[in-house]
Amino acid sequence: MERSALDSVYQELILKHYRSSKFRGELAEPDAVVPMRNPVCGDDILLQVQVREGRIEAIRFSGHGCAISQAAASMMSEHAVGKSWDEVHAISARFRDMIHGDETAARDKALGDMRALSGVAKLPRRVKCAMLGWDALEEAEKKFAAE
Amino acid sequence: MSILSTPDAPPATPLDVERIREDFPILRETTAQGKPIVYLDNAASTQKPRQVIDAISGHYERNNANVHRGIHELSNRATDAYDHARQRVAALLGITDTAELIWTRGTTEGLNLVAYAYGMNNLRPGDEILLSVLEHHSNLVPWQLVAQRTGARLRFLEIDDQGRLDLSMLDDLLTERTKIVSITHVSNALGTVNPIKHIAAKAKAAGALMVVDGAQSAPHLPVDVPSLGADFYAFSGHKMCGPTGMGGLWGRREVLEAMPPFHGGGDMIEWVELESSTYAPIPAKFEAGTPNVAGAVGLGAAADYLAGLGREAILTHERALVAYAVKQLSDIPDLTVLGPRDLSERSGVVSFTLADIHPHDLATILDSEGVAIRAGHHCTQPLMKCLGVGSTARASFYLYNTPAEVDTLVEALHKARGLFGY
Repeated sequence: MERSALDSVYQELILKHYRSSKFRGELAEPDAVVPMRNPVCGDDILLQVQVREGRIEAIRFSGHGCAISQAAASMMSEHAVGKSWDEVHAISARFRDMIHGDETAARDKALGDMRALSGVAKLPRRVKCAMLGWDALEEAEKKFAAE
Repeated sequence: MSILSTPDAPPATPLDVERIREDFPILRETTAQGKPIVYLDNAASTQKPRQVIDAISGHYERNNANVHRGIHELSNRATDAYDHARQRVAALLGITDTAELIWTRGTTEGLNLVAYAYGMNNLRPGDEILLSVLEHHSNLVPWQLVAQRTGARLRFLEIDDQGRLDLSMLDDLLTERTKIVSITHVSNALGTVNPIKHIAAKAKAAGALMVVDGAQSAPHLPVDVPSLGADFYAFSGHKMCGPTGMGGLWGRREVLEAMPPFHGGGDMIEWVELESSTYAPIPAKFEAGTPNVAGAVGLGAAADYLAGLGREAILTHERALVAYAVKQLSDIPDLTVLGPRDLSERSGVVSFTLADIHPHDLATILDSEGVAIRAGHHCTQPLMKCLGVGSTARASFYLYNTPAEVDTLVEALHKARGLFGY
């Protein structure tokens, strides 16, 4: 692992999301609630989503985990709010590409500040951490569709 | 011990660690960036000395065949090597009746053997199994399965803020309903050394079967297994310089002889008819199928290696190293060392947290410096809940670790603080 990958992953922006996310908390009337765990490390989040007219109107997460999982969940929330499920799918797929080492995705402006997490591609054991929030959102869509 | 009272300076040690390190080829490995590997994940698995590696490859090169079957030269050699290994491991653990030592794949299989062959057959609704909140999942989940199947109930010894068992609960928890007590000798997560003889004596007085999870004591303490006063003691080879997939279960002869088999198959029988069979005497009765012959040979070599260094010397070395590590880590701002403060109650494990840095982030940062630690719940999720933490970082030591490696760990932790803005 390169020193630069570590420095980029634990940069200020990510630590800010880890320590004080404005999306941390719970919703009064969520449409879908998804607990998501990473059994390997015991990290867990509880994702709550409120949907109106096909768009994610509000989103919150709570739980515990490493800086990567918690910051990634916070950034995911920031990007998902206000978007349709189709828009969420597009960005989620792009994020997944980046975390798995796709360098064009790591330069894609559509990912915004989530590109700060591109160094996770060099930390293979941490990929699941970065995906935890997105995996939870995917489950939320399934739950919402089933109701 | 003078070594313990002066932990400021790197400790003296009764082991010639530099020479010992030459026995372990893997300790010469480096990271992709050329940093030496500092292996501090010994509670998860230990490295193997050349003597063990050579014993295993030598077995396959010269003596390999199935055991207890063939009437031919190689089968005779393999059988002799297999039986000899059992004597070596028994000798290391103070087991004089070699037939009481059953080979298993490891501690997990040993505990499951007792849970299935004894627990499933002997427990009734209303019976109780006494465990502790310190237990590894392997000494918890098998008993949950027994409880679900038999209607028995699980009870738990709790711990104080240093991760020591609350022994004052024993008298209340041990009743005529208690049929099994199963407790770890040493906590894998905190290093707590439990007063197992005391617990075993109480369990026996209450008429309960006493089971000991020895996964973290067999490698580190000079254990004389039969004198613990228990009925069963399970351990793993790979945590004591032996190969993976190889371990043992000691059981008291009377209990083993009264117990039905666990697995059925070849080697465990005396005579087989279509509808029924009679079983071989112990230990074969509990060793169905072709065993892990090379694994036994490797574990036998590991037992010889440990005996050669001296069990007391290994313990003294680890105690000195742990004292040094606890002292050096405690000097790092915002770092909290968990577990017993009296180091005579602690084995070679130092579990800690550092400010708001999640243990997984710590492990990643330490890894970039070549330092291998374990981060997470250490297969003890209920314990983490008791301690009020989601997970911890854990450095665990063995006979080949050095004070200089503790220094490397400390430097890497300072780097982690820096990255997190401390």
